[in-house]
Amino acid sequence: MSSRSLASITSDDGATALPRKNGELVFEAPWESRAFGVAIALHDAGAIDFEAFRARLIAEIGGAGAAAYYECWLRALEQVLLEHELVSAAELEERSTSIAHDWAHDHDHEHLHGHD
Amino acid sequence: MSVDHDHVHDDVAVRAAALEALLVEKGLISTDAIDAVVDLYENDIGPQNGARVVARAWVDEAYRDRLRQNGTAAIAELGYGGFEGDTMVVVENTPEVHNIIVCTLCSCYPWPVLGLPPSWYKSPAYRARVVAEPRAVLAEFGLELADHVEVRVWDSTAEVRYLVLPMRPQGTEGLAEEELATLVTRDSMVGTGVPLQPVAAA
Repeated sequence: MSSRSLASITSDDGATALPRKNGELVFEAPWESRAFGVAIALHDAGAIDFEAFRARLIAEIGGAGAAAYYECWLRALEQVLLEHELVSAAELEERSTSIAHDWAHDHDHEHLHGHD
Repeated sequence: MSVDHDHVHDDVAVRAAALEALLVEKGLISTDAIDAVVDLYENDIGPQNGARVVARAWVDEAYRDRLRQNGTAAIAELGYGGFEGDTMVVVENTPEVHNIIVCTLCSCYPWPVLGLPPSWYKSPAYRARVVAEPRAVLAEFGLELADHVEVRVWDSTAEVRYLVLPMRPQGTEGLAEEELATLVTRDSMVGTGVPLQPVAAA
């Protein structure tokens, strides 16, 4: 599903709809929802300690010139996974390069939703 | 959008996709599990949950007492609880006290009853200023409080999450619980707003 479908949810029931997002999307881009979902799914699976993740998130958010929220979220997640040696910096780099290469050759961004 | 902006956006989207692909390949998580989490927080968990808690408290004095004494247990009576809401404290607005919640360190927020926080809640400006000058921040949200009203700011932590119990609007004596719930906005449960007024016809 697309995160953009949220826009239509609030008005389905007209005046009787309960307050939901108060007009604001939860995620501003598909990758934000994926980064969020990955962290929670890892926690649910017992693969990461959420408090270790939160400590990293606090450090990212509190840093000078902190990035946008979900970019901090993604960086914190990457750090925890690297520390736990669940992924390596090399394979992350390699996969990023390969995905960037694929996307550069395909201007139809439908694949951003990979799971659709 | 500028080209630079698109480039930065794509770069972080690439990293997120790479991370997801690797974790799925390693069998640590499944794509279905990620989809389910996203769907849950986009569609099922949100301020409508908290609104039901507030409306129940407005019509049921015994429930309101339980909510004051043990927020976690009283909220669980309505079926809400769990991750990022393990210990809930409900702070009640009165004619003399207005409560407002923040997470000064990051973005701690009572997910089971309010869903995920709006972007302004996560902003450095809100996190810093609501503690230093809460009245000025509330005024920017369009909420002017009388001078005699005490403002209490509650800083959420990993352990404790707060929910504001706003005051029931005047003129709602005849409304049923379900109708009352529609008046309860997200901002009124964060403390940056107050509930909606019922439409005259109601």
